[in-house]
Amino acid sequence: MSKFAKKKDGEVPAVSTASLPDIVFMLLFFFMTVTVMKDSSLKVDNVLPNASEVKKLEKKDRVIYIYVGKPTKEYEKTFGTEPKIQLNDKFASPSEVGDYILMERAKKPQEIQNVLTTALKVDKNANMGLISDIKQELRKVNALKVNYTTYEGDAFNNLQ
Amino acid sequence: MARRAGAPEVSAGSMADIAFLLLIFFLVTTTIETDAGLDRMLPPMEPPTEAPPIIKQKNIFTVNINRNGQLLVEDEILSIDKLRERAVAFLDNGGAPSGSPDYCSYCKGKRNAESSDNPTKAIISLKNDRETKYSTYITVQNELVGAYNDLRNREAKRLFGKDYVEMEAEYLNPETEDSVKEELKEKVQRIQGLFPQKLSEAETSSE
Repeated sequence: MSKFAKKKDGEVPAVSTASLPDIVFMLLFFFMTVTVMKDSSLKVDNVLPNASEVKKLEKKDRVIYIYVGKPTKEYEKTFGTEPKIQLNDKFASPSEVGDYILMERAKKPQEIQNVLTTALKVDKNANMGLISDIKQELRKVNALKVNYTTYEGDAFNNLQ
Repeated sequence: MARRAGAPEVSAGSMADIAFLLLIFFLVTTTIETDAGLDRMLPPMEPPTEAPPIIKQKNIFTVNINRNGQLLVEDEILSIDKLRERAVAFLDNGGAPSGSPDYCSYCKGKRNAESSDNPTKAIISLKNDRETKYSTYITVQNELVGAYNDLRNREAKRLFGKDYVEMEAEYLNPETEDSVKEELKEKVQRIQGLFPQKLSEAETSSE
């Protein structure tokens, strides 16, 4: 028999999967860098409106979030369908907003307590009445810097 | 040549499974946050004794939004897509006669004596109903901020050959170097001085 005779005639060699972990790790790192951990689960519908003149919120540690929207399906029975305010993990009334801001502000380091921004994540179907109440509360505790968080897009899409 | 007896090779076949597990864990526990929006300052609570400053009526641009999302601008009904144009015309009017201390040298408006004297005097007053939808309100806010940005861009282009919005974004970006920031700060503040954002929000009417 010749030394150069083909062995295993006709069989397809197995594809090496050695680089599969590398590919998956690449995906993993991508997700790790572009996302953040969920710190509270949303209990309200939160479809934000669009706006084109947006500014990016830099420095996450200087932001306090307030969510507003109508309760999601599972909470509809107990809380109704009217838009509600969500602070941290629970529903709240407008009068509790001031205390919440003060509490959150006290948790932050001294030197950034004066430069905090309140990000209002409000569902586009909410009414301004509730927002006005929140704004009044924010004025009372002197948290004057607000950011109406929106998606980037054409603002006229909101009107349809 | 005989193969030297080394450590036996470890099978890496399950590595992909482990990586997938980690990946799926991250997928379910994280969110892609929206972190952009319209920045606004709320007016501070006024001490009740202080008398409000007197402002000439012609320097105020009133915008009313009713519960159906219709706009009343300066006592006439206006569709929302014309709002930016009207706001720009009002801010850029520069109605004060040349020679007076309020004269605006960089305005390109119509210089109508019945409208605002100077961009630094012009105030936009926004009023909305309790039943107004939030999305309408954001659209109006967006258009008004857009009007300011348009004018600021124009001046920044003229003075520094660069868009104001770009300069501001670079200034606010924490990755920008300090020396660049110092330089930008001066420019940004100069433009802000030419067209200060005076957007007052009256308390919501309850009827």
